[in-house]
Amino acid sequence: MSLTEIAFYFLSFLAIFSALAVILSKNPVYSVLYLIVTFFSIAGHYFLMNAQFLAAVHIIVYAGAIMVLFLYVIMMLNLNEEQEEKTKNWVKIAAVVSACSIMLILVSLISKSTYNMGKAPMAGDAGLVQNLGKVLYKDYLLPFELASVLFLAAMVGAVYLSKKETSKS
Amino acid sequence: MALVAAGFVVTTMLLTHLLGPKRKTKIKNEAFECGIESVGNARTPFSIKYFLVAILFVLFDVEVIFMYPWAVNFRELGAFGLWEMFTFMGLMVVGLLYIIKKGALNWEK
Amino acid sequence: MDQIIIYKIILCAIVFVVTLGAAAYMTWGERKLASWLQDRVGPDRAGPFGLLQPIADGLKMLFKEEMIPTHSNKWLFILGPSFFMLTACMTGAVIPWGAGFTIDGTFFPMQIADINIGLLYMLGVVSIGVYGIMIGGWSSNNKFALLGALRASSQMISYEVAMGLALIALVMLTGTLNLGEIVAQQDADYAYIVYQPLGFLIFLICAFAETNRAPFDLPESESELVGGFHTEYSSMKLGFFLFAEYINMFISSAVMASLYFGGYNFPFQHELGLEGNLLSAIQTAVFLGKILIFIFVFMWVRWTLPRFRYDQLMNLGWKVLLPLAIFNIFITGLVMYFTGKL
Repeated sequence: MSLTEIAFYFLSFLAIFSALAVILSKNPVYSVLYLIVTFFSIAGHYFLMNAQFLAAVHIIVYAGAIMVLFLYVIMMLNLNEEQEEKTKNWVKIAAVVSACSIMLILVSLISKSTYNMGKAPMAGDAGLVQNLGKVLYKDYLLPFELASVLFLAAMVGAVYLSKKETSKS
Repeated sequence: MALVAAGFVVTTMLLTHLLGPKRKTKIKNEAFECGIESVGNARTPFSIKYFLVAILFVLFDVEVIFMYPWAVNFRELGAFGLWEMFTFMGLMVVGLLYIIKKGALNWEK
Repeated sequence: MDQIIIYKIILCAIVFVVTLGAAAYMTWGERKLASWLQDRVGPDRAGPFGLLQPIADGLKMLFKEEMIPTHSNKWLFILGPSFFMLTACMTGAVIPWGAGFTIDGTFFPMQIADINIGLLYMLGVVSIGVYGIMIGGWSSNNKFALLGALRASSQMISYEVAMGLALIALVMLTGTLNLGEIVAQQDADYAYIVYQPLGFLIFLICAFAETNRAPFDLPESESELVGGFHTEYSSMKLGFFLFAEYINMFISSAVMASLYFGGYNFPFQHELGLEGNLLSAIQTAVFLGKILIFIFVFMWVRWTLPRFRYDQLMNLGWKVLLPLAIFNIFITGLVMYFTGKL
């Protein structure tokens, strides 16, 4: 086994293990921390595929920014054990049913798909910052500019929601 | 580098765990609240403003990240790239102005 | 090839030891400087001029009782400072400490990881550095610690945006994210401070805020929050929080020196007529000298300026530095466009 393969299997194991830990841990703060580990191992995968920019973005944006937001949200929740409400039975049943149906859909889709793992763009330098920039700012100009409109909308939405909250309290 | 640092951190943590004295009492291990008896715990909700800052940070961070591939290719993209990015940044400035005008970042209130 | 790998491991260890040693003596330097600025003597008992003081401090931290509050989350409580220390040490890997030297025809670079996205790596490490504080402060289950952690994380993420924008204007000039190349470019051209004075100023202020140094040391402002996020910490865990601050200071000084002040390059270095290895050694010494100057500035500011209020801090970050950084990009773009440097 080459060094890359060892790294690949290690990162895959880490990603799956920590993803399982996210849903299995009782404390939501631990879940968030495991999710950060998952993001790191996925960033490692990007790095193995020579998609350096994507790897860096994955760490900066997902692990560094969005998870801070998640952590804030979880810290804002009341985590005292005695106040924790018992989940109702019908909610549990509904969750099991919907999870099973998603599982069914996924399995049927994956078994039908012709996606070939070996032909994934493993090599090449399309993921380097320079090349990515050229493609993004020449060929995909319109989506890029539209993204900025989306950001504007998101900003307005965030401000609107939080202002409403403060005026009420 | 990470391995060297991690090794150092773990060794030092173990060392201080083993070397330090252990005289635990119930009151000593209470949360510190300036000497008076502690009231409740720190698992309480806090101001929504921190939350808003985090949301805005995520948005701006993604926009900044978008600009790196452009900055690297700045010379090659030329004037077209410049105006392209000015449009993008113009919308970003509009967003920032909206946030400031709305007083979303006023901490005093 | 094996030779290079062994060399890299040795270099790793050297950089790590130098970082730790520098950080340890920065604590001594800071106390000496503070005493000098306040017309006191400062530490002078342990060894000549108190030079053994950092070692004594470190040993004391090691032998102190380790306290873990009853209501804290034990593992997160330990993880917090460990993670903070770990992230503090990691940026050193991408900094070019010198031009490199040649022995028997083999070239040994003075940079541990010469990766293409060095700048983004640096930003990534900075952005995850906030977790150490957040985990530490939250897991203490102490109100002061929680407030300190919230303030610290909020402050760090706010200034990260302005920092990223200040760097974009620099990247427009360099056209690369590789720190080694950025430093090498400043050999042929002027140091980038000449082209990016405003960008440097923004970066400097953000570096102060990111390292939680005065005048932005609100997370641990002792007059209102006891000790901030490390209120409940003792022994080496407290030591890690305090020590990591000095490591961050050292590393950010190194980053500023390499990005804006030419790194290991110095004026007229090629007119001296020196050999490759000797010149390289002098360059590394010059680089360390530049770092020392920045560290002095960090300490000087701490013992000169009073602390900001929290609303002032947030206003400075979002309403002053952020627009200024965007303005800086506009100006850089237009000037480069009209002067034909495109």
